[in-house]
Amino acid sequence: MKKACKNIISYTLLSLGAAVMLLPFIWMLVTSLKTPAEAIVIPKMWLPKTLQWTNYVQAWHAAPFARYYLNSLLVTSVTTLGQLFTSILAAFAFTHLQFYGRRTLFAVLIALMMVPGELLLIPNFVTLAHLHWIDTYAALIVPWLASIFTMFVLRQAFQAQPRSTYYAARIDGANDWQYLWHILVPANRTTITAVAVLQIIGSWNSFMWPLIVTNSDRLRTLPVGLTAFTSEVGTNYPLLMAATLFVILPLLVLYLLLQKYIIAGITKADLKG
Amino acid sequence: MINAKPTLKSTFKALLYLAPLLIITLVFTIWPLISSFLMSFYTKYNYFTNKVSALGGANFVYLWHDPDFHLAVRNTLIFVVIVVPVTVLLSLGIALLLNRINRLASFFRTIYFLPFVTSTVAIALVWNWIFHYNHGLLNQLLSCFGVHPIDWLNNPRYSLIALIIVCIWRELGFNIILFLAGLNNIDRRYYRAASVDGASSKQQLTNITWPLLTSTIVLVTVNAIITSFKVFDQVFALFHGTAGPANADLTMMYYLYQKFYVENQYTVAAASGIVLFGFIAIVTILACWYFRRHAKLLGGNQL
Repeated sequence: MKKACKNIISYTLLSLGAAVMLLPFIWMLVTSLKTPAEAIVIPKMWLPKTLQWTNYVQAWHAAPFARYYLNSLLVTSVTTLGQLFTSILAAFAFTHLQFYGRRTLFAVLIALMMVPGELLLIPNFVTLAHLHWIDTYAALIVPWLASIFTMFVLRQAFQAQPRSTYYAARIDGANDWQYLWHILVPANRTTITAVAVLQIIGSWNSFMWPLIVTNSDRLRTLPVGLTAFTSEVGTNYPLLMAATLFVILPLLVLYLLLQKYIIAGITKADLKG
Repeated sequence: MINAKPTLKSTFKALLYLAPLLIITLVFTIWPLISSFLMSFYTKYNYFTNKVSALGGANFVYLWHDPDFHLAVRNTLIFVVIVVPVTVLLSLGIALLLNRINRLASFFRTIYFLPFVTSTVAIALVWNWIFHYNHGLLNQLLSCFGVHPIDWLNNPRYSLIALIIVCIWRELGFNIILFLAGLNNIDRRYYRAASVDGASSKQQLTNITWPLLTSTIVLVTVNAIITSFKVFDQVFALFHGTAGPANADLTMMYYLYQKFYVENQYTVAAASGIVLFGFIAIVTILACWYFRRHAKLLGGNQL
């Protein structure tokens, strides 16, 4: 009896919390399907009389969202792939190759992981300005091609790989490069997917950096384009919510599909240090 | 080979593998780290020619006397002092509840984590709409309880609270996941042994869960401190590219952005970045020290 009572309290509290978590998403969706008049009517109505699907078409054409999408896709995919490439190579060197200063170099890199990226904002902007990269794709991508965090997680995974596979592969005539890409990487695809998904989230949602290094509309990524759009659309909340949905939806789908990788990535990264 | 001694040849080969990561890190992390420290001491700096004609502490003196910076520090500290404990305690509570139920746990976990994968800017715009004075959902809901409409976004008394609500809402999920992982790492046998000895669930919480969870609590707290000190995206989107009414939501990061990007005062901005970094470092160290002491008192695991 006491246990059942406790369970009821637990489920009630959790449901209340979940409702609060979901409310903004639901309100965004509902508002995006209303007419502007329905959106501001008091008392609030939950569902519009007829669903205004045309809001999405209208919002899509009110700003170059297709362009923003392409930019975000390009930046996110190149950054993620590039970062995986540099991190996999470095993680391999740290786990499978011998070289002078290995421990020192690793310690230095780990220490750098504690530096808040925001501190580097201004000097990086100056560097890019001198390279004449401001307002180019290079500015959006190149500084993010290395992630010590990703390298660190992959190194932990590579280290757990049994040594015998490495020796067996070497005896069978595979060189290091072949061993890395044909055996080590496929064997660790779960970890690699996990860090890749975390990187995709970070890249897709990144705001301050693209805001600062781009000036022209044609280079804006989705979050930056969206804030520019707010000032144009004014008080037409249904259109604004429709546009907001454009930005959120891809990652929401990705999250629901790859949930277990995301959670594995976070817990792995933070607890096994 | 793995266990061989390093040679010049093997070092050269390893360097080839490390080069892409090292070059990017050198140019975009190590150099700017040094550079931002130096830049904060430049007093006459021409960014077009990268020429420095004078050095000194003038930027820090400027910050010391700038009322805007005082406001930014004050707002940030209030923000951190409220957001960090509330987020940590709420997410710990939710994680404990999730850990206790058998059904629907993963369903709830999915929902609580949703805000974390959504663009901060995008969802802050949704909140901006929810907080709307005349037409917003929140005031409408509050009026059901007889609360008069609150001007969340235009009244300096409430706008920082609005920001705090949005940030807590967003950060919860991430911390819940960390706590769940921490709870998972606790050996079930402790609880079984305790039950056999007749320990109540409250005793189990204080004597097993709490001490064994200390390192996760430290991790979550430190992480929450660092994230909270750097809050920017939410401010920008919630107040449409301003720092709130009468700068009521001017955070240190927003101050840095304003000095750097809007006013082009690079060196003052760099100095404010150093101060922000100093704050984060000090508070993080204090938090670690506090927990370390308490972990010892509780007889928990050494950090």
